Amino acid sequence: MSSAVATKINEKVAETVFSQLADAVTSACSAHYTLTISGETSQFMRFNRARVRQTGQVSDGNLTLALMQNERTASATVPFIGEFDVDWPLLKTALADLQALVPELPVDPFLVLPAGSATSRTVNQGELLAADAIATTLLSAVQTLDFTGIYAGGLIFRGYADSAGQRHWFESTSYSLDFSLFDAQNRAVKGTFAGNQWQQPQFLDKINQAKQQLAMMSRPVKTIERGQYRTYLAPAAVAELLHMFSWGGVGEADLQQGNSAFGLLRQRQRQLSAKFTLRENFEAANMPRFNTYGEVAPLQLPIIEQGQLVNSLVSSRSAKEYHTPSNFASRGEHLRAPEILPGALTAEQILSTLDRGLYLSNLHYLNWSDHPNGRVTGMTRYACFWVEHGEIVAPIENLRFDESLYHCFGDGLIDLTNFQETIPNIDTYDQRGLGDCRVPGILAEDFTYTL
Amino acid sequence: MFELLSDVVKSATVSADWIGIRAVKDTAKTCAVRDAHPERNAQNLGHGAMVEVLAQGQFGYSATNDLSATSLARAIVAAHNQAIAASAWAVHRFTTAARPKATGSYTSPHRKGLDVLSPAELNQILLQVCERLKVSDKIAQTSASARSHDIEAWFVSSNGSEIYQRDYLVETHFGTIAQDGPITQLRTDHGYLANSYQGGWELFPGLDLWQRVQRVGEQAVDLLQADNCPDLATTLVLAPDQMMLQIHESIGHPLELDRILGDERNYAGGSFINLEDFGALEYGSPLMNVTFDPTVPGELASYGFDDVGTPATREYLIRQGKLERGLGGLESQQRSQVPGVANSRASSWNRPAIDRMANINLEPGDRTFEQIIGNIEHGVYMETNRSWSIDDQRHKFQFGCEYGRLIENGQLTRTLKNPNYRSVTPQFWHSLSQVGDRNTWEMYGTPFCGKGEPNQLIRVGHGAPVCAFDKIEVFGGAV
Repeated sequence: MSSAVATKINEKVAETVFSQLADAVTSACSAHYTLTISGETSQFMRFNRARVRQTGQVSDGNLTLALMQNERTASATVPFIGEFDVDWPLLKTALADLQALVPELPVDPFLVLPAGSATSRTVNQGELLAADAIATTLLSAVQTLDFTGIYAGGLIFRGYADSAGQRHWFESTSYSLDFSLFDAQNRAVKGTFAGNQWQQPQFLDKINQAKQQLAMMSRPVKTIERGQYRTYLAPAAVAELLHMFSWGGVGEADLQQGNSAFGLLRQRQRQLSAKFTLRENFEAANMPRFNTYGEVAPLQLPIIEQGQLVNSLVSSRSAKEYHTPSNFASRGEHLRAPEILPGALTAEQILSTLDRGLYLSNLHYLNWSDHPNGRVTGMTRYACFWVEHGEIVAPIENLRFDESLYHCFGDGLIDLTNFQETIPNIDTYDQRGLGDCRVPGILAEDFTYTL
Repeated sequence: MFELLSDVVKSATVSADWIGIRAVKDTAKTCAVRDAHPERNAQNLGHGAMVEVLAQGQFGYSATNDLSATSLARAIVAAHNQAIAASAWAVHRFTTAARPKATGSYTSPHRKGLDVLSPAELNQILLQVCERLKVSDKIAQTSASARSHDIEAWFVSSNGSEIYQRDYLVETHFGTIAQDGPITQLRTDHGYLANSYQGGWELFPGLDLWQRVQRVGEQAVDLLQADNCPDLATTLVLAPDQMMLQIHESIGHPLELDRILGDERNYAGGSFINLEDFGALEYGSPLMNVTFDPTVPGELASYGFDDVGTPATREYLIRQGKLERGLGGLESQQRSQVPGVANSRASSWNRPAIDRMANINLEPGDRTFEQIIGNIEHGVYMETNRSWSIDDQRHKFQFGCEYGRLIENGQLTRTLKNPNYRSVTPQFWHSLSQVGDRNTWEMYGTPFCGKGEPNQLIRVGHGAPVCAFDKIEVFGGAV
């Protein structure tokens, strides 16, 4: 099996040409610069009702050149097709544009100049389904089901070079299948399946698990009145809450600028549970450790340890502005390889400890409802159940929740599961995303539902 | 470009019912400033082509940023292979009626070009915006940004289509965060990048910029001392910059035919609307008139043709409260047999077209702003979206705003912070009780409408008057 994407760009070509382009910029430019690349050759197939809705492939790549001169900087992005004779003229023009533009701009006091001598190369090879085999392989197994979703697979690459001589390369051949199964009453369950090697038996297992869960949805729906209920949030639901930590969350710039939900945590006016520990952990992450400054993040970085904010994510730009050491975060200071450490709750104890309340498999469309107080609103989605006497009684109608992270990860946190799940990043805005998070489920007291 | 694309299509050797190529070139410039220091100065050139082939009733696509004839010819073969491999599993047997021949052109109205303001000049204006936003030492952060796009698109097809469209876009933003101890308040100029329009640099800075900057700075500080929005059911009055979000989430998305047909169920969700509701359902109050209108000069999502070549026309979606038409392009119209609009759109060359909003506008009514407020004994007035969340059937929503005012005995009185409201879509639109006149009508845009698998962000525009809704649940924040 192979990723049969008909394109010139492949991993060897991309890395070689990128290296030639970096050499060419070094020869043509005496100022400081950084050069980054991102690209992909991807196969997408979208499904509805166990049929193909859209199918196609995308071959895309971009180079971003940032020029630094006399405390000023600007960047230019141009297409990358993997052919030096085509790519270099575009990049050379961009360089000339920047050389004319940068002297005209205001001084940037927090400019980060390339420094260091780091190099890295990570190649995650994969064996994926051939493009012409995807529909048959996937859909043959789900013909009795209302199966909907998307398969995305192929090569993703990222690279970095700078005037200090640092060079990094990361590539990954991977796939993800993000799907839902619906029943005749429009109730649904969700599954994701991702990796570097397509494994048919595991795919069939995943479908069977989803079918079993869907069967549980066939019981009559229970309408839940608004109020507060003890709630179990499965790992996929916890991952949705975890996203909020990267959106006006634990970044140093956000904390400094009054744009964080965790300002009160840092000021020790609010606290989280001693059972809650969040860290960055690149050990098994399908994600580059280097950032757009060419810096390599520490393998692990504690962020919240036993409920205390012990580190924010500090980029080298924030480090200059706020006079605090950088921990080589990305420019946007978002979590790249987050992990919430597990607790003590076993899988077998989840329902009995929940006893009476709600079991939520997924959450949907989260947003801050009171950002400085860490309050988040969103919806329950997919397989969510009412539980009584430690047993699943009925699926529920979707509910709106509105709850503070200071409660569900703070005084309302009963326990976390003793197991974690890896939730892949399946975003495909502009380009296929990389990375994942590792999270346990959580059991929380008095989770608030409002509509 | 037309010659290249036409030659490639004519030279294609695959056995296809239809072949089309949509090439896009996007030249963008961005300046962003925070706290009177430059944050970002970037220029971005993107180009590529989306090749689509219809064979055996199935569309296949292949998109590449290599615009050589050889690469495009290879993409045609690849797209054809995609279609053939999936045709046995097609969700619908499409015909060439989904891609009728069309020719023409469209250019955004503009009085000035996108090169009349240099990045250096733009930086100076934005630095000044940040400085003037700092009306008090309680201003903790200021930000301002501006970006322009010059987007050219060429569309050719094997059945003779030839369309050229050129969008000039200017998207601007400024805002501030005020802080007093643990209390922080965000105030922006109508929401992040809500000032997004088609046109040139005549759109910015504009004659009223410094007044708006002053008002935003002062209101941010004012909010620090304000009372929380009360928790109660009352009359809710929404300004056009919040109506934008309200229309988008609770009218636009639920009327998308691909959602109703199930394509989107695994991602953004479905809809509480069914196909049989078109032509039958009373969506809301008789005061409600909603149009799909890509013909409004200067509105962000205006165009002459959608991305598969359908000529763009203004259509009523909801008239006097009754649902008439869906937001679906030719493919969805074939599948659903429901009347639709020219809205098959793609975020760029690297994504296939799907059903999208363009400009979705609420038509003005007959009340002045003073009449609307004067008719209300008790209520809350809200401006500028800051939080949005709605369920996957577009039913239960909760939205939050930056700035509120109490309405007492027909007058706007105290400032309210953390104004939020929640409701259910049909109930909400049936509670529409007053619609502002043309003088209250304002249009905004956003470049951030997310949807689709693979995911796409697309530009939409929304115009609306001030509107009042009866008995809506409003509430505030924790402190």
